Amino acid sequence: MEPIALLIAATMNAGTVLAIASLGLLINERAGIVNLGAEGMMLVAAIAGFATGVHTGNDWLAFAAGAGAGAAMALLFGVLVIWLNTNQYASGLALSLFGVGFSAFVGIRYTQERLGDRPRFEIPGLADLPFVGPAFFKHHPMVYIAIVLTVVLAWFLYRSRAGLVLRAVGESPESAHALGYPVRRIRLLAVLAGGALCGLAGAYISVIYTPLWVEGMIAGKGWIALALTTFATWRPARVLLGAYLFGGVTMLQFHLQGQGVQIASQLLTMLPYLATIVVLVLISRNPTFIRVNMPASLGKPFYPGS
Amino acid sequence: MLKLEARANPSRAMSVASPLLALAITVLIGIGLFVILDKDPVRGLQMFFVEPLKSGYQLSELAMKAVPLVLIALGLAVCFRSNVWNIGAEGQFILGAIFAGGMAMQAGPETGRWFFVIVLLAGVVGGMVWAAITAGLRDGFNANEILVSLMLVYVADMLLSYLVYGPWKDPAGFNFPQTITFADATKVPRLFTGLRVNIGLVIALVMVAVFTVFLFRTYQGLKLQVGGLAPMAARYAGFSSRQALWTALLVSGGMAGLAGALEAAGPLGQLTPHVPSGYGFAAIIVAFVGRLNPVGIVFSAILMSMFYIGGELAQSRMGLPKSITGVFQGLLLFALLACDTLIHHRIRWQRGARVATARQEA
Repeated sequence: MEPIALLIAATMNAGTVLAIASLGLLINERAGIVNLGAEGMMLVAAIAGFATGVHTGNDWLAFAAGAGAGAAMALLFGVLVIWLNTNQYASGLALSLFGVGFSAFVGIRYTQERLGDRPRFEIPGLADLPFVGPAFFKHHPMVYIAIVLTVVLAWFLYRSRAGLVLRAVGESPESAHALGYPVRRIRLLAVLAGGALCGLAGAYISVIYTPLWVEGMIAGKGWIALALTTFATWRPARVLLGAYLFGGVTMLQFHLQGQGVQIASQLLTMLPYLATIVVLVLISRNPTFIRVNMPASLGKPFYPGS
Repeated sequence: MLKLEARANPSRAMSVASPLLALAITVLIGIGLFVILDKDPVRGLQMFFVEPLKSGYQLSELAMKAVPLVLIALGLAVCFRSNVWNIGAEGQFILGAIFAGGMAMQAGPETGRWFFVIVLLAGVVGGMVWAAITAGLRDGFNANEILVSLMLVYVADMLLSYLVYGPWKDPAGFNFPQTITFADATKVPRLFTGLRVNIGLVIALVMVAVFTVFLFRTYQGLKLQVGGLAPMAARYAGFSSRQALWTALLVSGGMAGLAGALEAAGPLGQLTPHVPSGYGFAAIIVAFVGRLNPVGIVFSAILMSMFYIGGELAQSRMGLPKSITGVFQGLLLFALLACDTLIHHRIRWQRGARVATARQEA
C-alpha cells in the first residue's frame, strides 16, 4: 500500500505545477488571448524564484518573485498583442524564445547554488492516518492552494459578474465593447493574471519541485499546460483533473523504473509528451465539440473602432 | 498622446525598414546590456558585427551556421505563408540527423564517394516522416499542429538520446553516448581545403532560387499563399486546404531534415546527444525577420549567425555567457513584431487637451 500512497502524493505534486500554470492560461484564453509564451514565462519565473530563494532564504518571497516575473513577461506580450495588434502566435513564440535565452543568461551564476533544507509539511492529525495520510495530507501548501484556486476560478467564471464580463470579452469583444466594457484593459488584466500564475508554477518548480536551477528545466511543461486548456475544454475543474492525469503519467515513469521494468529511461521520459499528443488527438477529433466550447474570439485580435 | 491610426494601404517602405529598425532597437538594448554588465559596448558590438566577418576562417564558420538556418527557414516560410504553424522544425532536424546517421553507418571503407547524396536524401525523408505525423494528426483528427509539432521535438530528442545511449552506441567508444564515426564516403564534400564550409552552402543557395520560383512563380505556390491569406477565398476557388497542409509540412519537414543531415554528415561526423542545437527554433526568427521571403531569409540567417558567432566570441574574449545569443535573438523577434505594426498603422501625435475639448463640444 505504501508505494501506491507515495505514487498518489507524487502525482498530485507533479499535477499541481501543471494545474497552476494551466489555470492561468485558462484565464487569458477565456478573454480571447492565446499566449504561447508559457514556457518562456515559466523559465524566467523559475530563475527569478530560485535566485530570490537563494538570496533571501524565504520560499514565499521566491514564489512572489516568480509570479512578478511571469506577470512582467506577460505585460510585454500583452502590450504587443492587445495594443499593437501583433499576431498572437508569433508574439507568444517570441516570448518563449526570449525566455529560454534570457533565463539561461541570467541563470548562469546560479547553476552551482543550492537552497537550504527543503521544508516538510503535514496536516496535524490527518497526516498520521494510514495510507490517506501520506497520500493526501503531507503536501506542500501549494498543492492545496491549487485546489482552492480551481474552486475560486470556477466560481469567478460562472457565478460572478466580473467573470461574466471576462467571458463576454472572450466570446464577443465587439459586443462587450458596445456595452461599454474596456475590452483591451480587461484582456490585459487577464493576460497579466495568466503570466502571474505561470510564474508561480515556474517558481514552484525551481524552489520546491526540483529545487535547483538548470537551463531549460521547465522541459515543455509550459506547452503541456497550454494543451491542457484545450483538453479541459476551458473548464477549471477539468484542468485540475487533467493536470493530475498528466502528473500521473509523469510519475508513472519513475514508478516503473523503481519496479525494475526493463525499458530504456529515454523511452519512459517520452511518455508525458506522447500522452499530450494522444490526448489532443482524442479531444480534437470532433471539431464541433471544440468549437462549441472554445471562447469564440480566441486568437483573434480586437481593434476598437475598426 | 500617441495614437495608432490605420493606413489605407500597407506601407511597402515600412515592410523593408521594419527589420532594420528592429535590428537598431536590438543593438540599442544590447549596448545597454553591455553597460549594465560593465563591459565595453564598442568591443561588445565588434564581437557581434565585425569579428565574424574579419577572416576567411570566420566567414566559413558564419556560413556553417547560416546554411542550416536558411534551409529550415525556407521551409518554414512556406508553412507560415500557408498559415500552417509548424514550430517543431527542431524535431524534424533531429530526425533528419537520425535517418542520415542510420544511413551513414551502412557505409564501409569501399563505399563510393557518391554515397553522401544517399545520406542527405535519407535526412530529407527523416524530416518528412516526422512532419507527416503532425500533418496526419491535424488532417485526420484536427489536432493542433503547434502543440503536436512541439511535443514531437521532445520525443525526437529522447529518441536520439535512446539510440546513442543504447542500440547505436559505438562499442569501442569507451561507453560515451555516441555512434561510430561515419566512413569517409558519407562526409559532405568541403568547398575549400582548410575551411569547414561545405557543399551545403551551394545547396542552400540553389534552394533559395528554387523557393523563390516556387513561391512567386508557380500556381502551386500561389494556391498555398491564398489559403494562408484568405482561407474563404481559397475554398471558393476550389483550392484544397488539406493539400496545402500536407505540402507545407512535408516541404518544411524535408528542409529541416536536410539541414539535420548536413550537420550529421558534415561537421559532426557521428551522432551524439548534442545534435539538437536550437537551429529549428532560431529559424523561426530567421523566417519572420526575413519577411518569409527567400532572399530576405539569406540576410536574416547571416545576421542570426553573427549573433551565434558573436556570442561565442563574447564568451571566450569578454567573459560573457554564451547564452547572450538567445537574448538577442528573442529581442530581435520582439522588436520586429512591434515595428511591423507600422506597416499597417502610422503613429499620430494627438494633443490630449484638444481631444478633451473636442469631446466637450460634442
